[in-house]
Amino acid sequence: MKKQIMDLEVLSLEQLNERNVLLKLHCPIDGEILAGQFVEVRIDNQKDVFLRRPISVHYYSEESHELWLLVQLVGKGTRAISRLEKGTKINLVLPLGNGFSLPEKPQKTLLVGGGVGVAPLLYLGKKLKEKGNEVTFLLGARTSSDLMQIACFKEFGEVCITTEDASEGESGFVTQHSVWGKRQFDKIFSCGPTPMMKAVAKMAQERNIDCEVSLENTMACGLGACLCCVTDTKEGHKCVCTDGPVFDIKELKW
Amino acid sequence: MNTTVKIGQLELKNPVLTASGTFGYGLEFADFIDLNRLGGFIVKGTTLHHREGNPYPRMAETPSGMLNAVGLQNKGVDYFIENIYPKLTGLNTNVIVNVSGSCIEDYVATAEKINALEHIPAIELNISCPNVKQGGMAFGTSAKAAEEVVAAVRNVYQKTLIVKLSPNVTDITEIARAAESAGADSVSLINTLLGMAIDAERRKPILSTITGGLSGACVKPIALRMVWQVSKAVNIPIIGLGGVMNATDAIEFLLAGASAVQIGTANFIDPAVTVKVVEGIEAYMQRHGLTDVNEIKMLM
Repeated sequence: MKKQIMDLEVLSLEQLNERNVLLKLHCPIDGEILAGQFVEVRIDNQKDVFLRRPISVHYYSEESHELWLLVQLVGKGTRAISRLEKGTKINLVLPLGNGFSLPEKPQKTLLVGGGVGVAPLLYLGKKLKEKGNEVTFLLGARTSSDLMQIACFKEFGEVCITTEDASEGESGFVTQHSVWGKRQFDKIFSCGPTPMMKAVAKMAQERNIDCEVSLENTMACGLGACLCCVTDTKEGHKCVCTDGPVFDIKELKW
Repeated sequence: MNTTVKIGQLELKNPVLTASGTFGYGLEFADFIDLNRLGGFIVKGTTLHHREGNPYPRMAETPSGMLNAVGLQNKGVDYFIENIYPKLTGLNTNVIVNVSGSCIEDYVATAEKINALEHIPAIELNISCPNVKQGGMAFGTSAKAAEEVVAAVRNVYQKTLIVKLSPNVTDITEIARAAESAGADSVSLINTLLGMAIDAERRKPILSTITGGLSGACVKPIALRMVWQVSKAVNIPIIGLGGVMNATDAIEFLLAGASAVQIGTANFIDPAVTVKVVEGIEAYMQRHGLTDVNEIKMLM
């Protein structure tokens, strides 16, 4: 789909927990947003915030034209987003990046997310389910209050949970969940902290399963023009914004 | 109303260009604007050989601006000619290549290759990149070195030669005069200012290279001052850049003595800003009863 600059109306803003908000926008576009793509949000009237903020698409409905962004409050830019009011407009550039690749034939898929990295997996789960894939989510958090949107994830597949403090689901990290031993998967998708994705990639490699990860980086343009957000790949530096954010682990030097 | 500007043999339909390194190869912005609306665009820094650029992190946001330390990542001039140039030949605007190097021989060899390209009417010689260890800014911080590299390129390059100047000098007019006397058709200024950002919590510099190039709204007053100083020192046309975020900023550069402007970092915040500046300059001319954009630089 052609990239666009749009002023979108804020439908609602919900504080999910201490560090994350769910922003719902009215996004009347014609084309398709791919799972794993992201948007660049312009932050207005916030001192010391100069650049847009890249935020991944959490969910999009072609029917209601609702676009959901899960925003972790990390700095002045994201905190400014959390103060937006219903009915106001916010300027986005979208859709950006390559997105996850959906299997051509239905497969057994495992979607592994940690922290706010669960964000793109909800829309991915929707797209995978629509294409007849079997979807299992494996979501990790430090503690139960860090888990987000679990009811939404359950609409598209089975949800397995790990928490580091055993407050919900199985105890430990996502890589320690019993589902790995019980089930066979054809494809793994992952998004979350880099150490988690690296551990997931290692497990995928050991089991000879295709695996895609969604990377994060500080960005300026989001369009592949400035070359600020590169990551190291086997073919040299590549832009996270346009060559990614989704990379096959075979491309990376992990 | 005349908005046409001449820079050497180059004719721009309006004084709005883009700054190298902020606009990719133009095509990255084709979804947002009609590239043919621009006076021209300057593609990213091109070197004789492939360069991987610097390690990351390469970017730090700063108050009203940003630092970058990309380090001229590009696949080399031959790759440009074979793979990118063919996609740019059908445009009805000026595509200018920014040429960089780490020694005079590299600058000359790259310029010679670009000289052979029918649809590239000008080069911008980058003697001011703060992010490469050898060469780059070294050529732009000494009048003698600047004169040598410009003269050597002038010798092999017949079309319009623009020289991009560094602000990281004691007296920019001295370097501008050296470029002029060595045969430059125009000077563009300013490249980024050498700066630094530190993460206090981690007690570490943010950029992998520790220092980087500062750009964005915060550099505009310095850029305006330098354009004004250089306009008093040389007779060749000046292309002003540094913190142009909107049409008013662009007009300020024209008033300071520039014949044209480049828009850089603003492209990251509004990918359609260039066309808005083109339209804004026309609206300004109408409001002020001006019939020729070239008058603006004589109004102050």
